[in-house]
Amino acid sequence: MALPRITSPHATGSNRTRRIMQQVLVATLPGLLTLTWLYGFAPLINLLLASATALGLEAAVLHLRQRPVGFFLNDCSALVTAMLLALALPPQSPWWLTLTACGFAILFGKHVYGGLGQNPFNPAMVGYVVALVSFPVEMTAWPVPHVVGLTEGIQHIFGIASLPDGWSQATALDALKTNRSLTMDELRVQNPAFGHLGSRGAEWVNLAFLAGGLFMLRRRLFGWHAPAGMLGALFVMSLLFWNGSDSDSNGSPLFHLLSGATMLGAFFIVTDPVSGATSNQGRLIFGIGVGILVYVIRTWGGYPDGVAFAVLLMNLAAPTIDYFSRPRTYGHRKAERSFKVGG
Amino acid sequence: MSNPSYRELSANGLWKNNPALVQLLGLCPLLGVSNSTVNALGLGLATILVLGSSSMAVSLVRGVVNTAVRLPVFVMIIAALTTCIELLMQAFTYELYQILGIFIPLITTNCVILGRADGFAARHSLLLAGFDGLMMGLGFAVVLVMLGGVREMFGTGGLFANMHLLFGPAATDWHIALIDDYKGFLLAILPPGAFIVLGLLIAAKNRIDEHRAERSRTFQPQTSSPSRRVRVTGVIE
Repeated sequence: MALPRITSPHATGSNRTRRIMQQVLVATLPGLLTLTWLYGFAPLINLLLASATALGLEAAVLHLRQRPVGFFLNDCSALVTAMLLALALPPQSPWWLTLTACGFAILFGKHVYGGLGQNPFNPAMVGYVVALVSFPVEMTAWPVPHVVGLTEGIQHIFGIASLPDGWSQATALDALKTNRSLTMDELRVQNPAFGHLGSRGAEWVNLAFLAGGLFMLRRRLFGWHAPAGMLGALFVMSLLFWNGSDSDSNGSPLFHLLSGATMLGAFFIVTDPVSGATSNQGRLIFGIGVGILVYVIRTWGGYPDGVAFAVLLMNLAAPTIDYFSRPRTYGHRKAERSFKVGG
Repeated sequence: MSNPSYRELSANGLWKNNPALVQLLGLCPLLGVSNSTVNALGLGLATILVLGSSSMAVSLVRGVVNTAVRLPVFVMIIAALTTCIELLMQAFTYELYQILGIFIPLITTNCVILGRADGFAARHSLLLAGFDGLMMGLGFAVVLVMLGGVREMFGTGGLFANMHLLFGPAATDWHIALIDDYKGFLLAILPPGAFIVLGLLIAAKNRIDEHRAERSRTFQPQTSSPSRRVRVTGVIE
């Protein structure tokens, strides 16, 4: 009698790169749909542009590096980078901006270091920061929520015809930063960039990302440590430095949690398994660092939002965090866990 | 000490031992002023002059200077020559002098110059030392100008802007606008652009070297050492 020679474990692992990346893509859908609801076809056109650039460049670079093109294209990681960039860039960005950001993300964020799994920085954030540093005018003005039709969006993005003036405006974070004379209540009434909870428009996008993030958390794509660290640190910092609703206010904790790129950062960027810290304790520290830096940049820095910069800075610190947060090895006492530098 | 030939010296300075691409010396001015062709060319020329003349001066005093105090002496020679260049630039290319600013006096601290003075000029005759200084300076300047050109091209969409600062009024219309209505890619002009472009240049140099090594390796075995195997399709190592 021939017995099938199958040994335990019998459950086959399905969480391969492709599967994880696909679930991340699914988790971005609420955010994408909310953006579409607010801004019409513009984010979708951006997404198409970004995906085409990312996949095309990825294939070209893989071919140049003599790696199996189909195998690596199939893991969907380039698609995730493109998706995150399309979600992070302003919806009305011109085509060359999306192309530049995406190109830098794939070439200089990822493949210069050796491709997926080797990149010390989050590729999408590298692309975003390159665009932010190079094209500050295009990157810091977000449009007023305004549904854009398909042809109108294409015309605007490709520079054939521009949308009416006054369509774009400073974000709520920007308005808060430059505000000198108005109290928070006055600002909220007078400035159209403020919504019920945080920034107008961005609050719903943030809530959608929160939903997507909770979905990924439930599917155990990542632990709670990094996002909890970031959101917790941002909450504590904004609570500590919340000086009421006067004209020099830094904004309430709720405002900071639901403005800018907070939720996108907390659930889609900080949780990057490659460029973040490795151990659970390390991830907590990593997240807390990002949260503190985001608040510092928003409140005292030169840019209205600082998620991308904060993530890149903490990516730089990740090896050091890993060095000091090694988990206790089984069989070793806790005292031996911390090791001396140079010992 | 064996004397290298002039051919070796130029190959070393320009390619094999290029101060900017291989030794990675003098990165501060290299990255600092390479944001446009004219700045890069100005500083490149100044560096060539200082490097050539200081190598010759160091070679002249090499028999007189005690080893223990050689570095202060070399630095003083270099500083004196740098001051000469600075005054010359102040006299003839005043606007460029103002743009380059602190980077002209900083030529004194350029490690390439002190490195060549101590490593080569202090042990070789006047002509060899001078030629070595010239070639090293040329290698440095070529990379500097390439860096400046690439950064200017990507940063502003044009080339050779403001060349009249260096070549007088005749060069005012040398500016070439490559792309009309270019938005400007600020990153290339900012310091990160210098690091990225320098990295790409170094990568390109290494790739060319690799390619050459590969080619010479594939050619040699077939001609010089026949294989003992009967059928040979590729290289046997």
